[in-house]
Amino acid sequence: MSTSGSEDQPVASLDNVSVRFGAQEALRNVSASFAAGAVGLLGPNGAGKSTLLKVLLGFVTPTAGRMDVLGIDVAAHPQRIRARLGYMPESDGHIPGMNAVSFVAYCGQLAGLPRSDAMQRAHEVLYYVGLGEARYRNTETYSTGMKQRIKLAQALVHDPDLLFLDEPTNGMDPKGREEMLELVVDLATRKSVNLILSSHLLPDVEATCGRVVVMHQGTVATQGLIADLKGLRRQVFEVRIKGDVDTFVAALEAEGAECHGTGEDLLRVLVTPDQGPRDLFSLAARHQVQVRHLRPSVPTLEDVFAEAIGEE
Amino acid sequence: MTPIHDQSYRRYAGVRQEPGAAWLVIAATGIRTVLTKKFFWLVLLAAWGQFFVRAVMFYLSANFSNLDLLAPSVETFRQFFEIQEIFVLFVTVYVGSGLIANDRRSNALQIYLSKPLTRAEYVAGKLGTLLFFLLLVTLAPALMLLFLEMMFSASLAFVGANLFLLPAITLYALVEVLLSGFTMLALSSLSTSARYTAMLYAGVVLFTAAVFGIVNGITNSSSLAWLSFRANLDQIGDVIFRLQPRFESPWLLSVVVVALLIGLSVFVLERRVRGVEVVT
Repeated sequence: MSTSGSEDQPVASLDNVSVRFGAQEALRNVSASFAAGAVGLLGPNGAGKSTLLKVLLGFVTPTAGRMDVLGIDVAAHPQRIRARLGYMPESDGHIPGMNAVSFVAYCGQLAGLPRSDAMQRAHEVLYYVGLGEARYRNTETYSTGMKQRIKLAQALVHDPDLLFLDEPTNGMDPKGREEMLELVVDLATRKSVNLILSSHLLPDVEATCGRVVVMHQGTVATQGLIADLKGLRRQVFEVRIKGDVDTFVAALEAEGAECHGTGEDLLRVLVTPDQGPRDLFSLAARHQVQVRHLRPSVPTLEDVFAEAIGEE
Repeated sequence: MTPIHDQSYRRYAGVRQEPGAAWLVIAATGIRTVLTKKFFWLVLLAAWGQFFVRAVMFYLSANFSNLDLLAPSVETFRQFFEIQEIFVLFVTVYVGSGLIANDRRSNALQIYLSKPLTRAEYVAGKLGTLLFFLLLVTLAPALMLLFLEMMFSASLAFVGANLFLLPAITLYALVEVLLSGFTMLALSSLSTSARYTAMLYAGVVLFTAAVFGIVNGITNSSSLAWLSFRANLDQIGDVIFRLQPRFESPWLLSVVVVALLIGLSVFVLERRVRGVEVVT
C-alpha cells in the first residue's frame, strides 16, 4: 500500500466546500488543508467538525466545492478512499451480537482483508488498544471507555493510511483518556498513521497534534502549526485587578485588546503588538482599577482558539 | 521500557480485495449468525417437513401402481408452495426483522458505510442473508422434489410432459422471496426495533388479507384481490404454473402491485440506509 504523504502534500484538503441541511448551512465555503501527521480539528460543539469528517468520508454530499483525500477526489472515488481510511465515530457503534474479536475481524473483512488476515489483525489491534483480555466478551457488555477503544480498534484493523478520530476521549475516565491520547500519539509518531483528531477539548488536541484547524459556525476560523499560531500576533498577560472588572474589560476591548477569564479571578488579556504593560497600568489608572497582578504569559492553544473564534 | 502496544501493532503488508465483494462478507456473516441459533434449526426442520412427506408420496406412487392417486402433478408443486407460505412468513419475520433495525439501533450503519462498500452493497448483503433462507424453504425443496420424482420413477416422462415446471418453480420462488425480502428490509430500515418490525410485517400481511376477505365476503367478488399481499402472490403463482387464476382481478394488476411494492421498498431503503441521519 502506498503511504501517506509528505509534509508538503496534504493528506486531505477541502476547497470552498459548503454543506446545507435544509435551511441550515452546516459548512460555509470551507477551505482547509490537513498535512501529514496528526492534525487537530478543533471547535465548539456545533462548529461543523463532525460534518466535515462525514463530508470527507463521502457520507454527506456537499452543495459546492471539491475535496481530495490521499490525493483522490472524494466525489469520484469514495470507496477507494474509504479502503485507506479508518473512521472512529463520535457516537457508540457496534454490530449486535458479536464479541470484540469477531466484530473487529468482520470490520477488517469489510475493508477488504482476507478472513484469516482479518482475524489475526483483530487480535493484534485489540491488544494494541488495551482490550486483549476482554476480546471474547460481547461488545454490548462493554463500558463506555471500552467502547471507545473498540471503535479505535475497528478503525485500525485494516491498517489505514489516514485515521479520522471523532471525539475519541468522550466519556473516558482520566486514566483511560490519558491512555487513549498516548495511543493517538503513538500512532502518529511511531506507526506513521496520519490522523485528524476532531475534538472540542483543547488539551487533547494540544497533547497529540502539531497542527490544528479551528472551526467556528461552519467556517474555518484559523489553521496552521500550533507553535506558529501560539507564536503570535499578540502578547498575552495574566491580569488580576481590584475594582469594576466589567468596566475594565470594556475599556480594554475599546483599545483593541481581547480578554477572557480563566475560571479563577484571573483575566488573560491579549493585547495588540503596539501595546504593553505600561498601557495596561495607565488604562487601569484611568478607570480607577487597581492592578494586583500582571505577568506576561505563554500563549496557549486556548488563546489561539479564543482569538480565532472571537470569544470573550 | 517499551510499552506493550509497541509490540502489538504493525503495518499490514498482505493482500486486499478490491471493493465490490463486501456484500458477500455481510451475507455470509448473517447466514452464519442465524445458523448458530438452535431454534432456527427447528424451524428449518419443520419447513422441510412437507418435502419429506411429498418425497415419500412420490416414492410410493412410483413403486406401487395402486397408489397412483399420490402421483405428482403440476398442482402438487403449486400446492407445495402454498403450504410453504407459512414458513416463508415465519422465516421472513425471524431472519429479516432485525437485519437493518438492529444495525440502526446500535449505530452500526456508520461503521459499515465507513468501510469501502456502497449502500447498495450493504442492502445486497442483508438481502442475501434473507434470500438464502427463504430460497432454502421454497426453491431448494421444490427443485429437490422434482429431482426425486425423476429418480424414483426412473423416467423423464413427467418432467418432459411439463417442461415449464422447472422455470415455473424458479420464477415463482424468486417472485415470492424477492417481494418478502424487499418488503421486510424496507420495514426493518424504518425502525430500530426488530420486534416492532416483525409485528409491522405480520400486520401488513394479515391486515391486507383480512381487508380482502371482508370485501370478498360483502361483495361476493374477488375483483379486489390485489388489495391483499398474499392474494397477489397466489394470483401470479396460478398463472406461472399455468393454472386457472383463482381470483377475478386481472393477474397483470397483481404483477403491477408486486412490482410497485418492490419499487417502494427500494425507495425506502435508498432513503433510510445512510451513513448519517439528516434531519431537516
